[in-house]
Amino acid sequence: MHDIATPLIMGILLGGLYALIALGLSLVFGVMKLINVAHGDLVILGSYFAFFAMTVIGIDPIISLVIGMPVFFLLGFVIQKYLMSHSFGMSLEAPLIIAFGLSLIFQNFNQLMWTPMSRGLTTSYALNSFAIAGVRIPLAYTLDFIAAIIVMIALSVFLHKTYLGRAIIAASQNRKAAQLMGINTAFIFALTFAIAGATAAVAGVFLGMTFPFTPTSGIGFLIIAFGVIIIGGMGSMIGTFIGGMVLGLAQTLGGYFFGPAAQMLIAYIIVLVVLSIRPQGIFGR
Amino acid sequence: MANAVHENKKNTDLKSFLLKVSNLDVYYSSLQVIWNLSLEVKAGEMVALIGSNGSGKSTLLDAIAGLISPATGTIEFNGRDITGLDPYKIVSQGITQVPEGRGLFPDMSVLDNLIIGSYNHNARRNRESNLHTVFEHFPVLQERKNQMAKTLSGGEQQMLSIGRGLMANPKLMLLDEMSLGLAPKVIDTLYKALRRIKDRGITILFVEQNVRRTLEEADRAYIMEVGHIVLSGKAADLRREEQVKKAYFGL
Repeated sequence: MHDIATPLIMGILLGGLYALIALGLSLVFGVMKLINVAHGDLVILGSYFAFFAMTVIGIDPIISLVIGMPVFFLLGFVIQKYLMSHSFGMSLEAPLIIAFGLSLIFQNFNQLMWTPMSRGLTTSYALNSFAIAGVRIPLAYTLDFIAAIIVMIALSVFLHKTYLGRAIIAASQNRKAAQLMGINTAFIFALTFAIAGATAAVAGVFLGMTFPFTPTSGIGFLIIAFGVIIIGGMGSMIGTFIGGMVLGLAQTLGGYFFGPAAQMLIAYIIVLVVLSIRPQGIFGR
Repeated sequence: MANAVHENKKNTDLKSFLLKVSNLDVYYSSLQVIWNLSLEVKAGEMVALIGSNGSGKSTLLDAIAGLISPATGTIEFNGRDITGLDPYKIVSQGITQVPEGRGLFPDMSVLDNLIIGSYNHNARRNRESNLHTVFEHFPVLQERKNQMAKTLSGGEQQMLSIGRGLMANPKLMLLDEMSLGLAPKVIDTLYKALRRIKDRGITILFVEQNVRRTLEEADRAYIMEVGHIVLSGKAADLRREEQVKKAYFGL
């Protein structure tokens, strides 16, 4: 009984982290129909930012988000406004190619700054664990999950209760009509990218507290984030959350039943099954 | 009769026009769709723009709303030159467009569609009173305010699109093929609402293909063919005009 409880709980908690990583990818796709292949690297850049804050300045990774989130918000805004925006009018591939370029730049920047060595955001509490009904739960995984819930609720409230949030949703559903409502869609696109950047900063911190990372870790997490939004449905917030859970559970339960080598295999089989049965994702429109 | 129908240039007093389009040329890449077009709408008027498919009516409305920049010519609104302004700036000047095909946000609720209509800063202040007016014009929208826009019937969707336009607190409302694909009864309801909107002091410029009905509703009309205005005048006069009868009523 306790044996299966451990992978179940770990899977759900891990799912929170996966959802957090996928959130920015899902948001940018939902609004701009762009698959931002640089998103994984942006998340890892967030991990390194917190690593820098921790090792050089001596700030706790979670506290460092007070600086990290605005910095990544701005970075996202600038990327969209000054790099991407012109390319959207050209073709579908043009922004994708820019995203590829950014991905390479982030990876090489991280490599130059921090060497290819594996790093981790090892804080005094990250390796702690506690027990609930005999199941030992790592604190880092729990924090991942809590962070995911907080970010998702905050984003949902913003998107559904404010003018700016509604403008983002409106622009994602009908761009021309959004313009006719007086919405500056160029600004809304930059804002969307900025929010995706801020969520990447958060995801980077919690990823770094849970797993070791290297400058090229972004690709692996980008693929996981893809899986999450394929399962949950592109652009759906609740779908992203559920998608994260499904992928996290597939991984931990796959590992439990078929051994650690099968972990990701099981996860991606689930992605394939969802793709073939319901290509728009569980919560996709 | 013909004299009454043709444009009376002597009356062109800048101040009296809410909207004045002068010598407009509009291109889609290298294809010219509007040729040296001029048109005026006075405050409080209900003006129709009639023409068959591809005559450039929708393009003209899009140019006025700022979605397309004209190559040459000017668009003045309320005494200001708005040529080439971004659409969101034009909305805050007081022009709203109810687009062809309604342009709703399908996966947003009726209420959220209306709220986003009041996005521009002038409209936010009057949001509650405008919402009240919209529900007064279209009670069905209040009944269905929590439904997703895509679940409404065609007529209700058009009501929502017009209601959303009203939420923008406009001085001028542009309507593109409002009655397309709707049942005559529904069209009656929409025109009734339009007349009440006009009575509230909102100027209306609307595009239609149905000539007979449009000339009954409008004060004045412009008739467009392949990017040119071929005829204009009071709607009542145009109804009697031989050219119109032959070309559009098949008489």
